[in-house]
Amino acid sequence: MALLDKHKILETNATLLLVFSFLVVTIGGIVQIAPLFWLENTIEEVEGMRPYSPLELTGREIYIREGCYVCHSQMIRPMRDEVERYGHYSLAAESMYDHPFQWGSKRTGPDLARVGGRYSDEWHVDHLRDPQSVVPESVMPKYGFLENRMIEPKYIADLMATHAMVGVPYTDDMLENAAADFNVQIDPFGDYDGLLERYPGAQVRNFDGQPGISEADALIAYLQMLGTLVDFSTFTPLASR
Amino acid sequence: MSDHKDDDLDYETTGHEWDGIKEYNKPLPKWWLWTFYLCIIWGIGYSIAYPAWPGLKSSTAGLLGYSTRGEVAEDIQAFEEANAPMNTKLAGVELASIGDDAELYGYAVSSGAAVFRTWCAQCHGSGAAGAKGYPNLLDDDWLWGGTMEDIHLTISHGIRNEEDEDARFSEMPAFGEILEAEEINQVVNYVMTLSGGTAMDASLVEAGSVVYADNCAACHADDGTGDIYQGAPNLTDAIWLYGGDYDTLHTTVTYSRYGVMPPWTERLSEAEIRAVTTYVHQLGGGE
Repeated sequence: MALLDKHKILETNATLLLVFSFLVVTIGGIVQIAPLFWLENTIEEVEGMRPYSPLELTGREIYIREGCYVCHSQMIRPMRDEVERYGHYSLAAESMYDHPFQWGSKRTGPDLARVGGRYSDEWHVDHLRDPQSVVPESVMPKYGFLENRMIEPKYIADLMATHAMVGVPYTDDMLENAAADFNVQIDPFGDYDGLLERYPGAQVRNFDGQPGISEADALIAYLQMLGTLVDFSTFTPLASR
Repeated sequence: MSDHKDDDLDYETTGHEWDGIKEYNKPLPKWWLWTFYLCIIWGIGYSIAYPAWPGLKSSTAGLLGYSTRGEVAEDIQAFEEANAPMNTKLAGVELASIGDDAELYGYAVSSGAAVFRTWCAQCHGSGAAGAKGYPNLLDDDWLWGGTMEDIHLTISHGIRNEEDEDARFSEMPAFGEILEAEEINQVVNYVMTLSGGTAMDASLVEAGSVVYADNCAACHADDGTGDIYQGAPNLTDAIWLYGGDYDTLHTTVTYSRYGVMPPWTERLSEAEIRAVTTYVHQLGGGE
């Protein structure tokens, strides 16, 4: 145990202690974190995942700006009570285009990972205006002002390019058509074939029921697509994960 | 202090000394040391029994074969198996005869209450009293009928949604584009009197009745009692989905209303739909 007896050298040299402490933490970090980047069972491949459409991505920015994540999680844990209430447990792949992810850490309100399609657009409008009008026991603040804030796709292509830089597969085609796709997603009478080709399964509606594109349109477009991309009638989870 | 028994003074010290105070270099207590060693041994055993060590492609699966996904699947399956006999029975019997079997009825009502609180309460309220635009399910005023069959149909396919082609559908025209402002004013005043209320301007009621007969009676019936086959509300009771005051009625007539309910066949099983049907039916207004 001659080596162990030498600990006195470390303990009496502050700089040396710092260097070796750093070494130990680094090894621990490499063992715990690094394998996640190459292990095949970290993120399984599932069909249906696509990057957010420009309007959905804008809605997501509003979601983050308003701090929705402070009260709402987007992570259904693999437990029976959560699966019964919210739907199929979340898959890692479902947040692979989220930068940053919106898993959250606290549920004052319910989990929103699969809120898409669960309520009508009108419900979302009523609920954002005055949450207590539909859920009297709710403590959520009012977000009616979102309807009055009109938005334009001025910087949307830049935002998407930034997401592309950190790994979201936005193609040049998507970036070029960003503004057009943004505008057409609330127009059911517009030419939205290109939008659907680029973003399969995108929902095209006037989400807030009022003329123009407001922040409420973007936010509801985002909420209505959450958790809807993976078709769980054809997906078989691997039990070993 | 001074009478402290200094019998350990000869014991080995760390060699540090501050203002005459020395530090013993005593071994750790045995109980602590052995707990520490046991924890290390337990940790090694744990990492063999459960998924832990990363490899080149995947990590070790662990001897116990544990996975969180497997656990939740087993958990759900256990409950499904326990409820399977009742669910099969519930999905198989005639809707009208669910109430004949006390055990089945009790199961349907309590499991239906759980389904309601999870999936329906956000719009219809946790006590089913509804909200503006979302029907109250406690009264006997039904837009689309209150028999078991009607409720079952409504829950299964929803109302005015685009996802389900069997959804019940009707659309009130926005009369702001059809009638003159004066006519809307008249008919609103007339409708206010139908349920025994007083019109805002009684002099317009008679003219309003003519406008009503020409434009509204086809769906809401001549006497205003509505038509559950078209989801046209009864206007003669004092139960209002959006409100029965002048301003609200004026908005309703001018812009129309378009309440949507989603279909539930995709999200709920037939047994769950029948359970919640039974629950809603027994809330007070079931026919």
